[in-house]
Amino acid sequence: MTQWSGYFGLILQGALVTIELTLMGSVLALVMAFLAGLGRLSRFFVLRALATAYIEFFRGTSIFVQLFWAYFVLPFAGISLTPLQAGVLALGLNVGAYAAEVVRGAIKSIGREQYEACTALNLGRWQAMRHIILPQALLVMLPTFGNNAIELLKATAVVSLISLADLTFQAQVVRSQTGNTLVPFSTILVIYFVLALLISWGVRSLERRMARGLDGVRV
Amino acid sequence: MSAPIIKIDGISKSFGTFKVLDGLSMQVMPGEKLALIGPSGSGKTTILRILMTLERIDSGHIQVDGEHLYHMERNGRLLTADERHLAKMRQKIGMVFQLFNLFPHKCVIDNVTLAPMLTKGVPRAAAEKRAMELLDMVGMVDKAKAMPAQLSGGQKQRVAIARALALSPKIMLFDEVTSALDPELVDEVLNVMRKLAAETDMTMLLVTHEMGFAHDFADRVLFFDRGRIVEEGKPDEIFRHPKQERTQGFLKKIIAAGHRV
Repeated sequence: MTQWSGYFGLILQGALVTIELTLMGSVLALVMAFLAGLGRLSRFFVLRALATAYIEFFRGTSIFVQLFWAYFVLPFAGISLTPLQAGVLALGLNVGAYAAEVVRGAIKSIGREQYEACTALNLGRWQAMRHIILPQALLVMLPTFGNNAIELLKATAVVSLISLADLTFQAQVVRSQTGNTLVPFSTILVIYFVLALLISWGVRSLERRMARGLDGVRV
Repeated sequence: MSAPIIKIDGISKSFGTFKVLDGLSMQVMPGEKLALIGPSGSGKTTILRILMTLERIDSGHIQVDGEHLYHMERNGRLLTADERHLAKMRQKIGMVFQLFNLFPHKCVIDNVTLAPMLTKGVPRAAAEKRAMELLDMVGMVDKAKAMPAQLSGGQKQRVAIARALALSPKIMLFDEVTSALDPELVDEVLNVMRKLAAETDMTMLLVTHEMGFAHDFADRVLFFDRGRIVEEGKPDEIFRHPKQERTQGFLKKIIAAGHRV
């Protein structure tokens, strides 16, 4: 019994690493999503091209390869990252590329009449975007952002391959030390699931709060 | 005789192969109340949208308040207006839309104060004071904190009028502002516009299918068909004694459809 509780301690440590990765990766993904999403809608060709290149590249290559690149190849260019930094970078850039399309789609879903009201009220482009379009688009983005965050949570498992001691890594440690697969992997299965539930629940309550007083907007 | 506040000179506008405006010229005097009537697709709404810079013209010239709208003078040459020039010109013009176009995520008073605070740097307190005066004028003070979704169509449109007025434009454009309303809500909006016409010397251009209102409200009525002005004159002349066959036909159809004249 004491033996198992020690192993549980390991897995809980792993859970903390997974949570840390998920949170930091999500922040980076969010930043990249807005940069690239707005970039794709820019008037300037260079910005559109940069954003498109980023999105297509990171959607079109495997997260696994991206992670190995960040951790094993970047050092040759003089950039050495810790496993955590490499994990956050790869996850954030990868999921950010998907979320960028969510940002773009949500902004485009706001009706022309809102833009026209902004023009009639003489708001500048950025003023209109910041005060009128984005607040409404954010509500459209939220459910899909929730999906993206869960995808990111699940993708954190790949960082165990660069020896970052996350949930999956610790489960493997327990497995190799005890020879038991059922217990550690059932435990992390439940933990991943609970974390994903927490994300869904958090996003949904955020949505409800933001949608208060609105109608005609998907909730 | 003062100078016209709007001078439209030979403008054309096509959407694809459909020519909406065809070499149109017209003038509007300061303070004039103008009603634009005509069948749908005749170009009347397009004129308002062009004046509000929501559509560009293909050719021709427009002057508003003594300045070119879509051109700017640089060293004696006329260039296409840049965004900064357009922003300056938009200060002179306000517009109310058929579908209100309120900002659904902002309460009534925030809808009204937003543009003065952002575009003119009016402090919040002053913007709210002015907003309350305007909401009072349109009879919406008690809904200042309501969200647009909680309002009826007529109430939304009255807020939209207050919102446009908050920027103190010299010219107000009303684009079929009662067309989307239930019949019993039309009058509350028209009453606000009557009041506005009586209390201010704003220039007002009105695209409408409310012929009775156009008759009472307007100093001059323009009848449009196929991108041209077919007939214009005092409301009595146009509604009681239209000279052109097309005007007569249009009015006959409108009356048959149950509109009051």
